[in-house]
Amino acid sequence: MNPMTDEETPVPQPAPTQFSDLAHETAEDHPAPVAGTTVFDVTDLSVLYSGFRAVKDVNIDITEHEITAFIGPSGCGKTTVLRCFNRMNDLIEGAAVEGSLKYHGVDLYEKDVNPVEVRRRIGMVFQKPNPFPKSIFENVAYGPKLAGIKKKSELDEIVEKALRGAAIWDEVKDRLNKSGLGLSGGQQQRLCIARALAVNPEVILMDEPCSALDPIATGRIEDLMEEIKQDYTIIIVTHNMQQAARVSDRCAFFTTEVNPDSDQRTGTLVEFDATEKMFSNPSDERTENYVTGRFG
Amino acid sequence: MTAVNLNDLDSSTSLVEGLDSTKGSGPDKVFRWAAFGAGLMVLVILALITITTAQAAWPAFSVEYFTSATWIPSAQEFGMLGFLWATLLISFIGILLAVPVAVGIALFATEVAPRRLRRSITTVMDLLAAIPSVVFGLVGFYVLRAPAQDLFRWLGDVCAGIPILNRIFGEGSSGTSILMAGIVLSIMILPIITSISREVFDTVPRNDKEGALALGATRSEMINGVVIPHSLGGLTGAVMLGLGRAMGETIAVTLLIGGVSNPPITIDVLSASDAMPSAIARYLSESAGTYRAALIGLGVTLFIITMIINVLSRKVVGVFDRRIKGAA
Repeated sequence: MNPMTDEETPVPQPAPTQFSDLAHETAEDHPAPVAGTTVFDVTDLSVLYSGFRAVKDVNIDITEHEITAFIGPSGCGKTTVLRCFNRMNDLIEGAAVEGSLKYHGVDLYEKDVNPVEVRRRIGMVFQKPNPFPKSIFENVAYGPKLAGIKKKSELDEIVEKALRGAAIWDEVKDRLNKSGLGLSGGQQQRLCIARALAVNPEVILMDEPCSALDPIATGRIEDLMEEIKQDYTIIIVTHNMQQAARVSDRCAFFTTEVNPDSDQRTGTLVEFDATEKMFSNPSDERTENYVTGRFG
Repeated sequence: MTAVNLNDLDSSTSLVEGLDSTKGSGPDKVFRWAAFGAGLMVLVILALITITTAQAAWPAFSVEYFTSATWIPSAQEFGMLGFLWATLLISFIGILLAVPVAVGIALFATEVAPRRLRRSITTVMDLLAAIPSVVFGLVGFYVLRAPAQDLFRWLGDVCAGIPILNRIFGEGSSGTSILMAGIVLSIMILPIITSISREVFDTVPRNDKEGALALGATRSEMINGVVIPHSLGGLTGAVMLGLGRAMGETIAVTLLIGGVSNPPITIDVLSASDAMPSAIARYLSESAGTYRAALIGLGVTLFIITMIINVLSRKVVGVFDRRIKGAA
């Protein structure tokens, strides 16, 4: 039985201890596992839009409790690849995927995989903060409610944990019934992270989560990522190379290849390695040119 | 006024020189006045319509006119409530039947249908909107009336023993009735409500929709949780526009509502009645004196009611908009 299609899947509930001690723990207490479990195994992945190959030849392993960054120039397909991990590309008409994208051994693009179940396990934070036009509480409670949790006391607990987990509890605890849209951009983005944490996913995809934020808000999100990676696996798309160097454990560099005959651009993976190596001693010349700022 | 000398450009005085130039302000002034005049024209026309019609209707206006449902021209008794009631009832039926269908079509077109089908739906709805209302009336009269008569009789029989329902669906003796007018009205206002709803749904940010889907919402949960709440203001506007059209619709209603001379205040939708605009169309040419004034009064009343609905709907839309923007 495919785990994704199992109707009897228990409602995801945060383990009681999961967020509780985050506030006084530091990264040093929990060194990232050197060779953790592989969460995603991506092999020869291509994405096609109406027959046109937008990205090709992506081979990546995503490791548990690590932050993996996707970097590269605009239009290289890094966001497109990210949106394969929770089947968000399904929403685009004419989009198709080739190759395999295995999540704990299950190909997410197999026929009987239910994308709704995929998205419950693999959360996403978007480029532009997108809280719903509801109260802060309702924003965070939205996912758990979809998963069938109705009891107010239970929701209260989940919402508080998620908001604490996203380091925004102290700022909003007195205004939980106020609209989420009344918050600042950085607070809205942390609210969206809390919203994603509330359904207790295993993986969180972040699509340029700081591109709309000022440096201070960006710093807070980056600190937050460091904190939550002990409980989650994170994949982040970023335009900001310093950000990739600061936060990620591994790094994938994408670039665009132009077909000289048709002038069509296809994104492709150039190099995937430990972040330290990518920024100090990359194996591919194109990576070196990009990270040193000579290109892109 | 001295012209700016190119040689003086580096001196500080030349930079401010010419700031008080009147060049170009002539045409600008003309434009400003023309635009102001056009704007003023709207108010003038509105005022003229109100004043002239109210003046023509004045002899018929009395307390009874607005509080009585007895309309017997031969006895010079004019109470318009029966016409008002019928107008509201057929519009209500039209809205009740049209809104769910229109919202369904709009949701299908924006959220479900593949792109090619989307375009054909839009085209068909636009074509439906272009059909003159008299054609709807004729189709209702010559095509739908006979089968409707059988259906209404059956409906009346079925509901005969059921309390409340037997008052709403009485004896359907003839096809032309309040329900018939309401049904055809619903088809007539379907395109406008569909097309506005579709545009409203299209404005829901993709970012918001994806936010819900990324949390594991199904498509219907996403529509319920994001698309509909986001669109409530716009949908209210769409319904109000449809309501305005329904209340003012004349020809089709004249043909289909049955045309009784003194419409009763009844909830029996299978009975014949008459609405305000259709009564004007039916009797104005043969009327004179106070009778004519009373008929024109129906028009004035309708005009005022639709204006009130418009103002109220603007308020409602505003409340929803503020809620969506997070101020409330």
